[in-house]
Amino acid sequence: MNKAAKTPAKKPEKGVRTKPNKESPENWTLRLYVAGQTPKSLTAIANLKRICETHLNSEYKIEVIDLMSDPQLAASDQILAIPTLVRKLPEPVRKIIGDLSSEEKVLVTLGIFSASDLRNATAKGA
Amino acid sequence: MAKRNGKSRIESGVLVKCPTGIAGFDEITFGGLPQGRPSLVCGSAGCGKTLFGLEFLARGARDFGEPGVCMTFEERASDLTQNVAALGFDLEHLIASKKLVIDHVQLERNLIEETGDYDLEGLFIRLNYAIDSIGAKRVLLDTIEALFAGLSNVSILRAELRRLFLWLKEKGVTAVITGEKGEGSLTRHGLEEYVSDCVILLDQRINKSVSTRRLRVVKYRGSTHGTNEYPFLIDEQGFSVLPLTSLGLLHKTSEERVSSGIPRLDEMLGGKGFFRGTSVLISGTAGTGKSSLGSAVVNAASSRGEKCLVFAFEESQNQIVRNMNSIGINLEPWIKKGLLKYVAARPTTFGLEMHLVRMHKVISEFQPSIVVVDPLSSILQAGEADEARNTMLRMVDFLKERQITSVFTHLISDNDRQEHTDMAISSLVDTWILLRDIELSGERNRAVYILKSRGMAHSNQIREFVLTSNGIELRDAYLGPAGVLTGSARLALEAQESADRLQQLQEVEQRKVEYQRKCAALEAQISVLRADLQAEQLTLAQLGRQEREREQALLQNERNMAVSRKTAPNDKALSRRASGGAK
Repeated sequence: MNKAAKTPAKKPEKGVRTKPNKESPENWTLRLYVAGQTPKSLTAIANLKRICETHLNSEYKIEVIDLMSDPQLAASDQILAIPTLVRKLPEPVRKIIGDLSSEEKVLVTLGIFSASDLRNATAKGA
Repeated sequence: MAKRNGKSRIESGVLVKCPTGIAGFDEITFGGLPQGRPSLVCGSAGCGKTLFGLEFLARGARDFGEPGVCMTFEERASDLTQNVAALGFDLEHLIASKKLVIDHVQLERNLIEETGDYDLEGLFIRLNYAIDSIGAKRVLLDTIEALFAGLSNVSILRAELRRLFLWLKEKGVTAVITGEKGEGSLTRHGLEEYVSDCVILLDQRINKSVSTRRLRVVKYRGSTHGTNEYPFLIDEQGFSVLPLTSLGLLHKTSEERVSSGIPRLDEMLGGKGFFRGTSVLISGTAGTGKSSLGSAVVNAASSRGEKCLVFAFEESQNQIVRNMNSIGINLEPWIKKGLLKYVAARPTTFGLEMHLVRMHKVISEFQPSIVVVDPLSSILQAGEADEARNTMLRMVDFLKERQITSVFTHLISDNDRQEHTDMAISSLVDTWILLRDIELSGERNRAVYILKSRGMAHSNQIREFVLTSNGIELRDAYLGPAGVLTGSARLALEAQESADRLQQLQEVEQRKVEYQRKCAALEAQISVLRADLQAEQLTLAQLGRQEREREQALLQNERNMAVSRKTAPNDKALSRRASGGAK
């Protein structure tokens, strides 16, 4: 069930300061592992899309892998928890597990923002 | 798929068991682990949990046709393969022939962030995929508690683990879950809450700097099991548990006798020797010939074609062979023929239990009919007195159950009272031969006697025990006023006695002659007296005759006178005279 690989049309958005990533921003490759259409999976997919659309203005790729149909793929990325988001690119590989409900954590872990950027941004916003 | 199997097993009512193939373990659990259920194997670090699990899988795949899945959270697959290769399991081959899957679950906390709700469905899917890919019947999760280190949300984790174990049950696979022992609980994170069908505790204890591994079945739902702690061993053949304490007093008895190899000792033992399958204790102080006696028994058995196994804790095989040659016991041919085997080890090499496990193993492999432990005392020193007694008890029971005649030599110290020191083990042995040394007139000599021998009329005598270049001989010991005489004192006494006897003989002879002489003298006297008597009688008869003649003559004279006087003889007077004279 590969229902991803979308390139968002939206261009830079105001509100939160966007800062181009130092690493080649075109190469965001995110892989989201889910298992069936569970509420958690759906929430995670929605959250991920929202975050990417909001913060990744350049090209990125989201792969959603449903382990129910492709169980053999679980071992290669060392998947245990569902849902798991794997940042394949840029290197190094990073993983986030959970339904991605905390946007800040996702942004920091994926390296879209550093923790200090995020603090500044929220301070400005406030 | 496998779900159906699981259901049918549960519905069948009686708990089906899944043999592990681990030596001894299936015996104490009466069949193995509960089939189709998860079992928890817990213990501290390095006590062999992983090995237990891997052996369970490997034996299942190799010997029972049950493929297995190993999900490891700690070691990499290649490490595991390497670790058990030393124990004779070729995991790579099993993997290649699709009988085993090893899935290494890597969990690095610093690479994982958690945001929001999640579950461990991924783990389930991986496990399920692995199980289905080879139709696995056995699963090992080693050590699932690593998840607690990798994931921070404990409540999710606990809920998921509970679900996992239920899922395994439904799946119908026999699972082994390992868990590290925690403070005051069986596992660090309380896995025993979830996996409660069968809990096995492994333990490694250090006593006097010797470690012993032990296994205990803490719990086994729906089945009886041995509840004791069983020592176990990990060696080049893998895991082996010693089920000895499960033995009872049910062994068969044999009427068959086994010669001790020393005719006179057999004679002391009711004329025929030991009963087969009994335990014989040879105790004595240092240098009393315990080992030699043991070797004599071995030699005799080997020459009858019986297999003998000797556990030597003091001397090496070569040393024993050389030393026994000096007393005319040649053991070498038996060793070459494979009838005799020596297993030599220093007592301090392992703990008591370990020795026991080792002996157990070797005995099971070699199948001897006589086992000699030389000396028992040195392995008993490896543990506490209680433990030693237990070990001995198990050993004796084990050997008896197999109808193996056992000979234990036991060193006792000089200053102890000999019967007393061995009180602890005396009740366990059937025949107790005591070797003593007797110091007398500047010599030390050996003596042997039988303190007890169950079921036979044994000799109550002390014999002298002599090691000659032609073997062991027993000689009658002399009992003198100063006690038992042995050695040259005995020889001196023997000489003395024979001299005495000679003297006695001579005296008797002399007295006989004297008597004869006396008899002859008396005879002579008697004949003289008889002659006298005869002479007297003759004289008396003569006197009577003379008297009568004189009376006659007198009467005649009177008649003549009457004739001449012409008087009529006074008839009355005459007749009176005649009758008086005749008297």
